[in-house]
Amino acid sequence: MGLELYLDLLSQPCRAVYIFAKKNCIPFELRTVELLKCEHHSDAFVQVNPLRKVPALKDGDFTLAESVAILLYLSRKYQTPDHWYPQDLQARARVDEYLAWQHTALRSSCTRVMWQKLIIPVFLGEPVPPELLASTLVELDRCLQLLEDKFLKDQAFLAGPQVSVADLVAITELMHPVSAGCQVFKSRPKLATWRQRVETEVGENLFKEAHTHIMKIKDLPPADTAIKEKLKPLLQVFLH
Amino acid sequence: MGLELYLDLLSQPCRAVYIFAKKNRIPFELRILELLKGQHISKEFSQINSLQKLPTLKDGDFILTESVAILIYLSSKYQTEAHWYPSELHVRSRIHEYLGWHADCIRSIFGAPLWIRVLVPLIGAQVPEEKVERNKAAINGALQKLEDKFLGCRAFLASQEVTLADLMALEELIQLFAVGYDLFEGRPRLAAWRKRVETFLGAELCQEAHGPILNILEQAANKTLPVPPPEVHPTMLNRISRIP
Repeated sequence: MGLELYLDLLSQPCRAVYIFAKKNCIPFELRTVELLKCEHHSDAFVQVNPLRKVPALKDGDFTLAESVAILLYLSRKYQTPDHWYPQDLQARARVDEYLAWQHTALRSSCTRVMWQKLIIPVFLGEPVPPELLASTLVELDRCLQLLEDKFLKDQAFLAGPQVSVADLVAITELMHPVSAGCQVFKSRPKLATWRQRVETEVGENLFKEAHTHIMKIKDLPPADTAIKEKLKPLLQVFLH
Repeated sequence: MGLELYLDLLSQPCRAVYIFAKKNRIPFELRILELLKGQHISKEFSQINSLQKLPTLKDGDFILTESVAILIYLSSKYQTEAHWYPSELHVRSRIHEYLGWHADCIRSIFGAPLWIRVLVPLIGAQVPEEKVERNKAAINGALQKLEDKFLGCRAFLASQEVTLADLMALEELIQLFAVGYDLFEGRPRLAAWRKRVETFLGAELCQEAHGPILNILEQAANKTLPVPPPEVHPTMLNRISRIP
């Protein structure tokens, strides 16, 4: 069995891994793990990733979790073009810096916006205090400002003049609040033009393909009782 | 001007960077910035790092933030011993796998008890009890995963030798230990791992790096900790609000 990628394209990091693999023509078997059906808790999937999270990779006997680890593994093993994760010391440091920052900053606010604006009220049918959503949106805005001022600045891409995995990770994050109905790019022309550049680099068809699922999330029917029960612990995580 | 490292040894990622640089005899100018005194939000430091966070590296005109990025940069530039960040693909991937999980499940969670017990009271604030309880549960869950999934039967977290992963993890555990968390009780594998890492680093370096944080409860009791100035309060309150 060759390379297998366990993904749910509803997840931001899964989309980044998917786009990277497809763009670089890396041959893989796609194994869809549907998060909203709690398939990541199945016994079969736990064998692949005991942390019960996607994305996950299985390459022969070697299993690997965590999107950044997976992206770097794929870039090395399949010797993708240097700009994705440059060899140059300072250029690479810029990518590493973004990948580290986003984990505790942008990722968190993009996920919370999705859950508080859409998944909890619509899919799970539970109320979300308006002031909580408001403060999450403020935090998202703060992260977007940092993204523009500290990382993008006057550059074409986040880590320099060329597209890198940092841009893939960022763009897939931002499509999360976009899919939840937040006009992230409307008031931010600098980010909007960056987005265009990234989409052009990735290829518009591939970008659209990776985001088909998430863009339809508003149309998901409400969850059944069994799923609501299973996802209940996450309410606590996203409702404070 | 050579390499400068802007650090506060009360911070876990700062200690990881400090220990790494010292252990590998990397020549640097140490620039201590006391977070509690708000020295990181000074105009001078904001010129260097507009994010006002530590650790920060300044190498000539090149400025770098984020401890993981700094550690990788230093390991590469100064060609530190291979075991820290081996080029072998699987081991390197395991390090990044650990660091990814660490960012989600350890960072800001393991630091919370210090905030709750020591730092927040300094500005007369309090953390709601349900947050404290949630934090304890999150810590216990993470410690279990650390022992079972990442350490397992290995000597160290990502391989049979010390790597960047062990350094980052150790400093987070020290942060808990410093505020009286009995985290090694009932966790003999984790206790043994800690001993191995500290033995490798050397007692003197550990004492140097861990001295200030291990003293924090005493300083708090003696009221010798700096009282954070008003301009730091908003960032401190923001930090507390972000405790899950």
